Amino acid sequence: MQINVTVNGTEYRREVEPRLLLVHFLRDELALTGTHWGCDTSNCGVCVVWLDGTPVKSCTVLAVMADGHEVRTVEGLAGAAGLDPVQQGFMQCHGLQCGFCTPGMLMTARWLLDRDPDPSEAQIREAISGQACRCTGYENIVRAVRWAVEHEAAQEPASEPASEQAPAEAPVEVPVS
Amino acid sequence: MTTVEERPIGFGRMLRKEDARFLRGHGTYVDDVQLPGMLHGAVLRSPLAHARIVSIDTSAAQAHPKVKAVITGETLAGLDLAWMPTLSHDVQAVLATDKVRFQGQEVAFVVAEDRYSARDALELIDVDYEPLPPVIDAKRALDPDTPVIRDDLEGRTDNKIFDWEAGDRAATDAVFRDAEVVVAQDILYPRVHPAPLETCGCVADMDPVTGKLTVWTTTQAPHAHRTVYALVAGLPEHKIRIISPDIGGGFGNKVGIYPGYVCSVVGSIVTGKPVKWMEDRSENLMSTSFARDYHMRGEIAATRDGKIRAVRVRVLADHGAFNGTAQPAKFPAGFFHVFTGSYDLEAAHCEVTGVYTNKAPGGVAYACSFRITEAVYLIERMVDVLAFELKLDPAELRMRNLLRPEQFPYTCPTGWEYDSGDYPRTLRLAMDLAGYPELRAEQARRRERGELMGIGVSFFTEAVGAGPRKHMDILGLGMADGAELRVHPTGKAVLRLSCQSQGQGHETTFAQIVAEELGIPPDDVDVVHGDTDQTPFGLGTYGSRSTPVSGAATAVVARRVRERARLVASAMLEVAPDDLEWEKGRWFVRGVPGQGKTIADIALAAHSSLELPEGVEGHLDATCVYNPPNLTYPFGAYICVVDVDAGTGQVKVRRFIAVDDCGVRINPMIVEGQIHGGLADGIGMALMQVIAFDTDGNCLGASFMDYLLPTSMECPTWELGETVTPSPHHPIGAKGVGESATVGSPAAVVNAVIDALAPYGVRHADMPLTPANVWSTMQGRPLRTDLAIT
Repeated sequence: MQINVTVNGTEYRREVEPRLLLVHFLRDELALTGTHWGCDTSNCGVCVVWLDGTPVKSCTVLAVMADGHEVRTVEGLAGAAGLDPVQQGFMQCHGLQCGFCTPGMLMTARWLLDRDPDPSEAQIREAISGQACRCTGYENIVRAVRWAVEHEAAQEPASEPASEQAPAEAPVEVPVS
Repeated sequence: MTTVEERPIGFGRMLRKEDARFLRGHGTYVDDVQLPGMLHGAVLRSPLAHARIVSIDTSAAQAHPKVKAVITGETLAGLDLAWMPTLSHDVQAVLATDKVRFQGQEVAFVVAEDRYSARDALELIDVDYEPLPPVIDAKRALDPDTPVIRDDLEGRTDNKIFDWEAGDRAATDAVFRDAEVVVAQDILYPRVHPAPLETCGCVADMDPVTGKLTVWTTTQAPHAHRTVYALVAGLPEHKIRIISPDIGGGFGNKVGIYPGYVCSVVGSIVTGKPVKWMEDRSENLMSTSFARDYHMRGEIAATRDGKIRAVRVRVLADHGAFNGTAQPAKFPAGFFHVFTGSYDLEAAHCEVTGVYTNKAPGGVAYACSFRITEAVYLIERMVDVLAFELKLDPAELRMRNLLRPEQFPYTCPTGWEYDSGDYPRTLRLAMDLAGYPELRAEQARRRERGELMGIGVSFFTEAVGAGPRKHMDILGLGMADGAELRVHPTGKAVLRLSCQSQGQGHETTFAQIVAEELGIPPDDVDVVHGDTDQTPFGLGTYGSRSTPVSGAATAVVARRVRERARLVASAMLEVAPDDLEWEKGRWFVRGVPGQGKTIADIALAAHSSLELPEGVEGHLDATCVYNPPNLTYPFGAYICVVDVDAGTGQVKVRRFIAVDDCGVRINPMIVEGQIHGGLADGIGMALMQVIAFDTDGNCLGASFMDYLLPTSMECPTWELGETVTPSPHHPIGAKGVGESATVGSPAAVVNAVIDALAPYGVRHADMPLTPANVWSTMQGRPLRTDLAIT
């Protein structure tokens, strides 16, 4: 069947099978491979995108359900001025390692900060609790979101942090020489 | 905002170079690879754990309009590919021809125009199975009446794979005979799965014109895969190119070669098109390399005042249906015999018996450092069992028995030569960070109120960086790593490595090693990896070996470049090479600091018409192969604090203190990230994750609904500390850290939970300590966690 879906501001018209999952529509039909697939059972969250402004797990949404709706993916996160503060935060705080869960985490983080500009650590943990990360042990993801909170106002329009040094502070590290 | 100039030239905290693409969704994982005309493969798997295949009817699948090929074991047998060698000198069925031997085993492979049609066609294949009794309980695998699983192996009459031992049996038995105290404990390290978020898969593309096979694949060891493909398929090795692009986590799951890869290659040969195969999550959990599954009986001999004298272990190792463990060939139980741990013992001995069962093959995976996870868990649990019996504080008992700094280098009773360490300092730091006496005081107060608070301690010694070529090989391939460093005329460099990152940040840390050695900014060093056509040979990334082996190769090759630069500089400055002195980034004339040349100056000159001394070829490029003289021995002290809900048995990890000593840290930010991830793994294994089976051999952990991963809610804020004891034999003193936390943390969590349950007289319970298991343990009935709860 034919669907019209707006993804990251661009409208796409495609003929799809009714059973096609949104994650496969994005990846295979639109070549937006930033959104990943990981489990089929809505547990891992690497496929999180926004559907009309709300995070959804695109492995359990049919593409036809997005007909006439707006989808936002990680590819639509950075603006003309550069990376979104949450993207910068993930880089600054080493909030990613293999990068596979990162797009989903970024989309949830952005959604959280749009609703609550100053979430607590507990609120951040709860917001990402439906998404798994096997590399980071979550702490640096939480720090990354907090970094974005603290830099959100100062970073508009955002600029690229690519040549920055890592923050020197390690709050609980006690080096012994 | 800091500037480019403030970035470290060499070691130190530095943001990752690879992040830019991942943050934008521009990483290239295997499933992101799209080739013109690409077809899609899907695997038909056995629903039964043990059954004879009577017939396979693929006619309906063949007739599906979008199906291009259906491959069965019979097809592969015609190509002599129905069986493939494992990494442990066994064979594994690529597609079953005679029997299926575990639930989820590969039976047929469909190639179709799209992934949905390939799946549809699987439903059209009709397999007639004759069920056989499955062997599920490893403890029954050697019973006389048990069916023989591997009747494909000639002369096989039972399910035993190997008997293996290490240490001195007689000396150990002698210590046990006259010991004041002997305690024994059965301990299971249950089967778990690494479960990287990206499942395994590949895109195989055989070019029918050139005869060149390119395989984009989820591998941690691209060069080893290339050689194995050459050996298995008989393809000329120079016509095989393995590309391991961005990898979405590995943890040992992506070391082996899986049947789906081989089927995809055959599918591409048969159809003349590229074939993509990506397993789904259930396939990943049911069929690819599991970890652990060690049934251990530990015994510890000690004096009454808590001096540990000897340790004895018997292990029943469940290897599943094929012996597919990926480990150095001489060591069928991996490095398990480092189980003497961090303590000064008189003697030690272990016996390991490996058995076949009707379960998925594998056994060495999940950040285990070749079974050191099992070894550390065993000794650290046993020390706590001893503390329980002697009514001693477990931290104090450890402190009394830890190796002392002056004992290094130390050869342990089973033959490992520990390179360096200061163990008491590290444990003391962990106790200081934790506020250990205050925690014990708090625990006493809470116990009076009936609250269950536990404090768990573990101290681990790792042995990583496999390994010295004379001792270690995989399928005859020695475990040395190559490195190539090219310096362009303008002083920018390209480093080519055999190992492959799955998130460890190699593009940054290895550039930092070159930066440290040559004094050029890390941004000026491009790290190329994960492509066998572009990189020198080496065994890959697992067993925490990248920094100890490839990292050492990087330092050595950079030093070679530096020495070449010295010769060119001497020609430029018209002085003898011996009159030059090095400071980071430049050679200068001794005593005349103003007269010097930077690496960039020298690189340009090395490519110019400058007349060079006799024997100096020009250019600065160098290569090397690094054969490690010994393993490196990272260590650490972990303390975990838990609260247990007495009504439900639910465990909450309140604090986790981790002091790691991995020698010199190249990029502390990345090291800490590695530790964080491993600690989360430890919580997962200790409390949540298990691949259990019911009596019919049904896998009970075949989805993320059943195989529970720790989330942000289960993980506390990690509290890290560090000590630095450089490795004396590693060029930069680094030891490797990728697996330390996964190795060391499960014991700390379990010890904490058991400590919390002390008021119930509990001495041991097996992982995972789920609410049901904890509650049942409190009632005096701990669960057997490898089987279905009945």
